[in-house]
Amino acid sequence: MEPVSAKSPAAAAPFSIEKVRAAFPALEREVHGRPVAYLDSGASSQRVLASIQAVDRYERRHHSNVHRGSHTLSAEATEAYEGARATVADHIGAADRREVVFVRNATEAINLVARAWGEANVGAGDRILLTEMEHHSNIVPWQQLAERAGAEIDWAPIDEEGRLDMDAYAALLERGPKLVAVTHVSNVLGTENPIAEIAQLAHETGALVLADGAQAAPKLPLDMAALGVDFYAITGHKLYGPTGIGVLWSKLDLLREMPPFLGGGSMIRKVTKEGTTYADPPARFEAGTPAIAQAIGMASAMRWVDMVGMEQARAHEEAITEYALERLAEVPGLRVFGPPGGPGRLGPVSFEIEGIHAHDVAEILDRHGVAVRAGHHCAQPLMDRLEIAATARASFGVYTTSEEIDRLLEGLEDARRVFGL
Amino acid sequence: MARSTRQSLPPLASMSMDELYRDQILEHYKRPHNFGRIEGADLEFEDTNPFCGDEQHVTIRLGEDDRVAEIAFEGKGCAISTAATSLLTDELVGMSREELLRLPKDFVLELLGIDISATRMKCAMLGLKVVKSASLGKPAEWEDEGAAGDPSEAVADLGQL
Repeated sequence: MEPVSAKSPAAAAPFSIEKVRAAFPALEREVHGRPVAYLDSGASSQRVLASIQAVDRYERRHHSNVHRGSHTLSAEATEAYEGARATVADHIGAADRREVVFVRNATEAINLVARAWGEANVGAGDRILLTEMEHHSNIVPWQQLAERAGAEIDWAPIDEEGRLDMDAYAALLERGPKLVAVTHVSNVLGTENPIAEIAQLAHETGALVLADGAQAAPKLPLDMAALGVDFYAITGHKLYGPTGIGVLWSKLDLLREMPPFLGGGSMIRKVTKEGTTYADPPARFEAGTPAIAQAIGMASAMRWVDMVGMEQARAHEEAITEYALERLAEVPGLRVFGPPGGPGRLGPVSFEIEGIHAHDVAEILDRHGVAVRAGHHCAQPLMDRLEIAATARASFGVYTTSEEIDRLLEGLEDARRVFGL
Repeated sequence: MARSTRQSLPPLASMSMDELYRDQILEHYKRPHNFGRIEGADLEFEDTNPFCGDEQHVTIRLGEDDRVAEIAFEGKGCAISTAATSLLTDELVGMSREELLRLPKDFVLELLGIDISATRMKCAMLGLKVVKSASLGKPAEWEDEGAAGDPSEAVADLGQL
């Protein structure tokens, strides 16, 4: 796939991993007497010091409610919150900061679209196109919408390597869905989907496109215009920032046409006993006092990772993934799910070992101080497609080292010993 | 990526691990007792561990005295859930449905004879939950939440209020 950033890939010089790791206090933790090898960033990354400190500074000195008071603290809080919005807009290549709606997480971003856009635009007999590799957060809101509206859901299949079958995708687009919802990077297979190509195909048939960027945003340079999507969902806590904050990006024209999601304070223009008129976006979609400190923390994390460089972050992710795939191939009886390598193969790396359940693998790795996730990864339709109940999953961040992959391998050797394999 | 030199690490706390995965547990995992399905069973239930998607399906044949005459289970699971249900089903023949419903969690923990961490408790209890649900004919009520810790511990180093 073409790089989505206008920045030159030649700028992707290796960064100092020591400096990067020094920016993550939690990496100093020991687990079972060993430095933690944190290979669970796909579930939630560790927090970068720049973000922790920004939250701390805001909470200590500048906190008040936003968009309300005429006093100094409220003005400072509002400036910081709107500054966070501008930073996010800059990080994702949004044309205007009003295109950035703060939400709790990627799940809420998708629910917002399913509720606000979906209920106004999807009716009986309409179709929504998903893929077999979606996270539950990009399935359940659409199933709920389909149930309410009497709409139908189609599932774009994956091929044997865990990539989208683009011929089948194009054929399903012929059915004329109102919307296609697709993950940018799979949280199980590590597949990077060709979002720009999908968006182009979908737009030709008149469908809107929502991309779930929960996994992609921490590891890929983002440029909304180049991706060509209509909605993009991001969560802060996988991007080295706090929990409880995320982003829905959409085009201003689309947001202006959408009815509100939640009702309450901040999202109104005028409320009378007879009725209410709504504020312009993004305020229309941000009812109630928002997660101010968390928005600031997420923006600071984005600013930090921009300093590292998103091209470098991508190159690092590709290199670590390649190394992990190479080393895991040494383990007898181990099967990796997802593309075997090459372009469009990022983390996470999900695998199973014949004769050892993923839970047991994860427990034994934990005793080695190696943190991985085991389970269905909130992607049960994909698990059904792969005909497995659970996998173990190693996922990476900008701070992941090849030594940590070596420790994963050491732990897997021990798991095989414990199970007498 | 170049392969780096291995850093020297302290020895593993492998005692506790070999304790968790001791021979009895692994034996029941690899060759579970009462594994399979009883055709035309009187009681039957299937449930999953929602965190990992593991499934267990329990079938029970009742004798003329309405007590368990035969019990079987099948499904996909980890060493802990498989061994726990294997050990549990060995103990249930002769019990009435009421006795099944009264079985405490400690019954399973004593059979396992190992320390089960909070994160693995759902694995250990899956079989008991399905057995109870089978005797009820509907999902048994279950206290599923993990242990509640003190939230202020997370900020203990900030000092007293």
